[in-house]
Amino acid sequence: MSSSLAPEEVERIAHLARLSLTAEERDLFARQLTAVLQYAEQLQELDTSGVPPTSHPLALSAPLRDDEIRPSLPRAEALESAPDPDRAAGLFKVPRVLGGA
Amino acid sequence: MTLPFTAAAVRRAVASGRVAAVDVCQAALDRIAQADSALNAFRHVDAEGALARAAEIDRRRDDLMHLPLLGVPVALKDNICTRRMPTTASSHVLEGYCPPYDAEVVERLESAGAIIVGKTNCDEFAMGSSTENSAYGVTRNPWDLERIPGGSSGGSAAAVAARLVPLALGSDTGGSIRQPAALCGVTGFKPTYGRVSRYGLLAFASSLDQIGPIATCIEDAALATSVLAGHDPRDATSVDASVPDFASSIVEGSLTGLRVGVPRTLMSEGVEAGVLSAIEAALGVLASRGAKLLDVELPHSRHGIAAYYLIATAEASSNLARYDGVRYGVRGKGIDRTLIDMYEHTRGAGFGAEVKRRIMLGTYVLSAGYYEAYYRKAQQVRTLISRDYDAAFEQVDVIALPTSPTGAFRLGERTADPVLMYLADVFTVGANLAGVPAISVPCGFTADNLPVGLQLTSRKMEEGTLLRAAAAFERATDWHERQPAAVTAGG
Repeated sequence: MSSSLAPEEVERIAHLARLSLTAEERDLFARQLTAVLQYAEQLQELDTSGVPPTSHPLALSAPLRDDEIRPSLPRAEALESAPDPDRAAGLFKVPRVLGGA
Repeated sequence: MTLPFTAAAVRRAVASGRVAAVDVCQAALDRIAQADSALNAFRHVDAEGALARAAEIDRRRDDLMHLPLLGVPVALKDNICTRRMPTTASSHVLEGYCPPYDAEVVERLESAGAIIVGKTNCDEFAMGSSTENSAYGVTRNPWDLERIPGGSSGGSAAAVAARLVPLALGSDTGGSIRQPAALCGVTGFKPTYGRVSRYGLLAFASSLDQIGPIATCIEDAALATSVLAGHDPRDATSVDASVPDFASSIVEGSLTGLRVGVPRTLMSEGVEAGVLSAIEAALGVLASRGAKLLDVELPHSRHGIAAYYLIATAEASSNLARYDGVRYGVRGKGIDRTLIDMYEHTRGAGFGAEVKRRIMLGTYVLSAGYYEAYYRKAQQVRTLISRDYDAAFEQVDVIALPTSPTGAFRLGERTADPVLMYLADVFTVGANLAGVPAISVPCGFTADNLPVGLQLTSRKMEEGTLLRAAAAFERATDWHERQPAAVTAGG
């Protein structure tokens, strides 16, 4: 396991996270994230074999509610906060999904 | 005539008709207007809405006089959804966003007669320990305007410390209520995970986030917690358990029989001398009230920061995927050939540096090839840390620690070094990882005259024990009455 991040790796992660970065940010984050990961290396000192992972502090159940119809957020209100709504059609508008022109 | 200030005193005075809610509310608004250009504790003040609500309370006083927070002005951290006020989590990506619903805690406060006066500044999406990560400027510490108030609920802590409002809500993912409360010299309480509904709290790390009060005394913190706590079917992680009357749990004076554990090994390095001496004196006070001090070990806690920052960022990378310029907030302009261009540009321009760092760290530790070594490992260490608390709580009822290893640091002192900034949370992240309740109470000052907080932790769902110990400490000291010199514009 490598705990040093190259700028190219930072770019790959930024794309996975859907973040555009400037060249300065890419280089800065490469240094800073490397420092954080090096700090986190200390976890490897601990023997955790056979220790179950904790994903949550509560013993979670999946509560079920009765299957009854309840009002939800009205469409017009949901569209109110959108940057580019089509109110007449009741849609959120987005740029094309596939390919460039 | 002098108006009452604390929540308990305001409630009594308004309910009895001695004081009008409108006058209490106007006084809070006047203090905010006077001080906030120097502090920047508030992101938004709704003077008109607050005064209208206060007038309604005065008009309907006979019907409402039983309400536990009648006429109490309250401020909310800006990551708590409010229908009538903007909610931005101090991020550009949500600039101007007004949610179409109120958080459960907002409904509970209003049903209890509270008056919401505004929203407070915080680190962007609650990610930070200094409030310097707000997209709308840092909040300043009322004790020293050249220093940070702590974070991420820095605006809420500064607003209460400067006595602008008696009560403010924060959220605590790794110490974000307790650490700013400590650094500003006020009381901050993170209840047990699941005690308070997270419905309408903008999610940062869902297995760690918890809402709680910041106040000037234990009585107010207890009063607020009784209002906030309780099952909410809209939050699947909300605990379905009865809520004790916390205000009555603080009446008893003596701590005879209470066992207080002190993790001396954990405190043995990296703690500022002035913090350590204030904590030692505080432990002496607890002993003088009848508590029995015992050494305990939390052997894995020194790995808490590393585990916390891997888990919290992993959860954040998923939670913050929703800010994509489609349904709410601000869409990045200019580069929008395709949907993915639009996402990347919206998020690249809308998020600040720390939020981007954390999303990237979280994305990395969840990505193929790194999941086992980082994320799963951190979750296993979380188990070890929780087991440490379980073992300690077999021997003791309460664990005492400093809230923060240092007093408030200077503006800009740690912004260039994320790891140094993260170390501010060394004593607070354990309670979030284990899900246990924890409170910070004022317990003295450093050599620089900066407040120090004593942190007390108890078993899950035993907030009553915690509040009783904190109240006994408060009664034996006057640290909670110390106030910073009045902050005025330009001064």
